[in-house]
Amino acid sequence: MIEGIEVFDVLVVSTAMFFIGIYGFMVRKNLITILMSVELILNAVNINFVIFNKYLYPDMLQGYIFSLFVTGIAAAEAAVAIAIILNVYRHMKGIDVEQVDTMKY
Amino acid sequence: METATLLMMRNELSLLIVILLLLLVELFAGQGKRIPYIATGLFLVHTLLGFWPLPEGTLFGGMFRSSPLITIIKSVLNTGVLMLFMQAGSYLQKDSNRGKITEYYILTLATLLGMYFMISAGDFLMFYLGLELATIPLAALVAYNLSQMKSIEAGAKFILLAALASGIMLFGISLIYGATGSVYFADLAEQLQLSPMLFAALAFFLTGLGFKISLVPFHFWTADVYEGAPTSVAAYLSVISKGAAVFVLITLLFTVFEPLFAAWEILIYLMAVLTITIGNLFALRQQNMQRFLAFSSIAQAGFILLGVIAGTQYGMSTVIYFLLVYIFSNLGAFGVAAIVYNSSGKINIDDYRGFYQTNPKLSLVMLLSLFSLAGIPPVAGFFGKFFLFAAAAEKGYYWLVLIAVVNTIISLYYYLRVVRAMFLDRSEEPIGRIHSDVLTRLALAISVAGIVLAGVFSQVFDWIYTVSWGM
Repeated sequence: MIEGIEVFDVLVVSTAMFFIGIYGFMVRKNLITILMSVELILNAVNINFVIFNKYLYPDMLQGYIFSLFVTGIAAAEAAVAIAIILNVYRHMKGIDVEQVDTMKY
Repeated sequence: METATLLMMRNELSLLIVILLLLLVELFAGQGKRIPYIATGLFLVHTLLGFWPLPEGTLFGGMFRSSPLITIIKSVLNTGVLMLFMQAGSYLQKDSNRGKITEYYILTLATLLGMYFMISAGDFLMFYLGLELATIPLAALVAYNLSQMKSIEAGAKFILLAALASGIMLFGISLIYGATGSVYFADLAEQLQLSPMLFAALAFFLTGLGFKISLVPFHFWTADVYEGAPTSVAAYLSVISKGAAVFVLITLLFTVFEPLFAAWEILIYLMAVLTITIGNLFALRQQNMQRFLAFSSIAQAGFILLGVIAGTQYGMSTVIYFLLVYIFSNLGAFGVAAIVYNSSGKINIDDYRGFYQTNPKLSLVMLLSLFSLAGIPPVAGFFGKFFLFAAAAEKGYYWLVLIAVVNTIISLYYYLRVVRAMFLDRSEEPIGRIHSDVLTRLALAISVAGIVLAGVFSQVFDWIYTVSWGM
């Protein structure tokens, strides 16, 4: 436990991070920044898992283990996403979402 | 652990062996044009092995489950993938795909492995790993055609939205963990009680699966990705990926989230109405064949929810039966569209004018598949839809069934528009005669046989009914 910090305080931070991530995903125009917003969401999830485990269920490790796997998978996802974004850049000479609109409706 | 218990995951092990063998084949035999035959042959062996029944049980302290129903679902997915491989051979042998033929097979099989684990998962960790293994390689497959901007654009849209959907789903899982202290399905079913926090968790969680099934608030990627991806990948997304996700959705809702029925009833009801209606309305105005099939597959996913919401043993068996029929019909339609696109480069519905004059057999396959998707009586699709409606009506969801029936009638318009273009309209320059290879023809023949036979023999449905269960 950390002195003077309740589980509620940390949850406020993680929930705020989650919604900032979703907001960023919707309004950002750069593909890399969109990817960063997703990472923000995943990190909010990690904070949730760790804090629940530490404060509420300290005798089990499920939350810690889960957050490790989330981190690993996020790296794999980012690798594939960046590879694809790189190809977008080669075709378009830019990674603005406004350029990626050959298909619509 | 004994070897005998480990053999409970025999399906996964043999699929893994097939993937490793394919890597070796690439190493020693190079990127020849024989690879599609080798890969299809290896997968055929795996499919035949998969029909061997497996005992019921769990592995790794409950993380991995096996049951007769799960084995059947895996066999159904195997059959679909096998037909897809048979159809994909001629596309992959094109010169533009030189040097990356094996990649297609390895990535596809990796996603299939992910779906296996997702279906067999006994806790949220295994489920999440399976879901990601079934999603990330799929993004690479969607962007397979690196020389085309459309394909890459589809890949970018797919991976970013998939990452967002799985992030939201994980947030839901973390809330469930916070409320109960466990991620094991077996523990959760006893501990869940309806509370505002769990309602939010459930809504977040459904985002992840809703994305995979392309239910309506989460469907925005579907049309673009189906249009940009190679046709065989689009078929894989619409049939195999969706089928596996639907099955996981129904098992999770019936077992883990059973105590929250009052919550997910509302959510599924809303999604069903929205999915059927919006999928249909957008399908009406499509010109591109792949886009048209994308919206049709969104609408079909909405119909599936009618069986899910019923929550009974009958409901579950109707969903599985519908999925089986849907695999055959959609693979038939996508198969013909792929043959036409690969041999003539034509993809618009108007290009299909006069198709019957030049290619009577292919247009008959397309006719049967579209009739089955629309639900016109003699073929299996009619019974699939009819059973789904019956399952929902049995529990008193009359308004939902009414909306679904009205939408079925609307859907006749756009399915028959293609049929009309093929059979009744004349064209100055119809698509020329197409000679497809033996494997493709065999795959289409299996589709047609499935569409017709699954509708004629009631034993199929009875057999599925005996292995299903209800809430």
